[in-house]
Amino acid sequence: MILSEQDLTALWVTIKLASVSTLVLLIIGTPIAWWLSRSQWRFKFIIEAIIALPLILPPTVLGFYLLISLGPNGPIGGLVNLLGGAPLAFTFTGLVIGSVFYSMPFVVQPLQNAFTSIGSRPLEVAATLRASPLDRFFTIVVPMAKPGFITASVLGFAHTLGEFGVVLMIGGNIPGSTQVASIAIYDHVEALEYGQAHWLAGSLLLLSFLLLVVVYGANRRYTVAQP
Amino acid sequence: MASNFATAMKALTMEFEKTTAHHVVLSFGSTGKHYAQIKNGAPFDVFMAADIERPRLLETQGLAQTDSRMTYARGKLILWTSKSGIDDIKNTLLMGKDFRHLAVANPKLSPYGLAAQQVMIKLDVWPRLQPKLVRGENIAQTFQFVHSGNAGLGFVAYSQVINPVRSLQGSFWVPPESLYSPIDQQAVLLTDKQAGKDLMAFLEGSLARQIIQDYGYDVP
Repeated sequence: MILSEQDLTALWVTIKLASVSTLVLLIIGTPIAWWLSRSQWRFKFIIEAIIALPLILPPTVLGFYLLISLGPNGPIGGLVNLLGGAPLAFTFTGLVIGSVFYSMPFVVQPLQNAFTSIGSRPLEVAATLRASPLDRFFTIVVPMAKPGFITASVLGFAHTLGEFGVVLMIGGNIPGSTQVASIAIYDHVEALEYGQAHWLAGSLLLLSFLLLVVVYGANRRYTVAQP
Repeated sequence: MASNFATAMKALTMEFEKTTAHHVVLSFGSTGKHYAQIKNGAPFDVFMAADIERPRLLETQGLAQTDSRMTYARGKLILWTSKSGIDDIKNTLLMGKDFRHLAVANPKLSPYGLAAQQVMIKLDVWPRLQPKLVRGENIAQTFQFVHSGNAGLGFVAYSQVINPVRSLQGSFWVPPESLYSPIDQQAVLLTDKQAGKDLMAFLEGSLARQIIQDYGYDVP
């Protein structure tokens, strides 16, 4: 038995979701991590705690809140409705929003660590050479924090790849749009289709393993940043 | 035991524990998952499934007591929206207008989902409604989709909408039972412990049957 068309679609949706979410997380997470690594604000720890929440909370909690808030009576759903947008539950966009919350700490924390370890000395030196703040960030911080960026991308991607609870709650299991591999595997197991479950689960396992091997292999050349 | 029966079962256990010295510990979940767990040695004494199939499979595999299967409830399907004041929700379904999503339980996994599919096939709207379908893993999740308003309407269990502990807003239509095959839910004994036997006997008694009916099920 090989993977059915629907299973392949589910794998594709999973990879697409993980890629888009990781990209969004890098865009949002980089300034947050930078601010966290530089800010002297005394209540900074509150923001750090909020970002770390998904590490502790079961995904069903996040999924439950998202389901309620995306609904027509919820804050996000109400706002979207007011702006004339289409409801987000049961859409790919909705899943991306869920994944961004869900995988946030996995991207922000490695970046924050990488930024902190650079210290302020290289930036001060560059400033004396009249490099603009943006220039300093892209020519000094980004290259120096490269291992951090790699770790952040991989963890963000991998964590979204394994996402289940949030998608279960707000996905609606629509093939080609919100049916991800983990859900499809769950369905196969529930329907006693253990053969198909094996194939899909094996594919996901292999994919995740290869991804991690490639990244850790490439990362050997840098000092490894701890997540 | 089947999660759709949770509310009714809590009431039943209270009565059962009043009349006997037994203490019941309930584990709610989907029938498919419990089936897999029982096959792998889960320490349950009684299995209350959402269908007939899984208890029968356990019996033929020698994992349940022979001839102990019993239909404890027959589920009813309901088409429900959390919006009140809609006169003809059946017509809304037939027209396929005024709603973005229709929630059903996954027909592959849930007897209620299968029944919903049968109703829509009989009404000749099944292919047309495909793009609007969102599927819950089980009937409890399908209910959440509709209850939270994320799905405009959905096929859920009658017992979820109409029962003594919950009074819900909304509009509904109860499809005639001729439109779908019966949702018979069977229980089966897994061990020969006396407590399990007593519970099975209690479920067949008139008090239990009355409670089961009060909670929105038929008793065959």
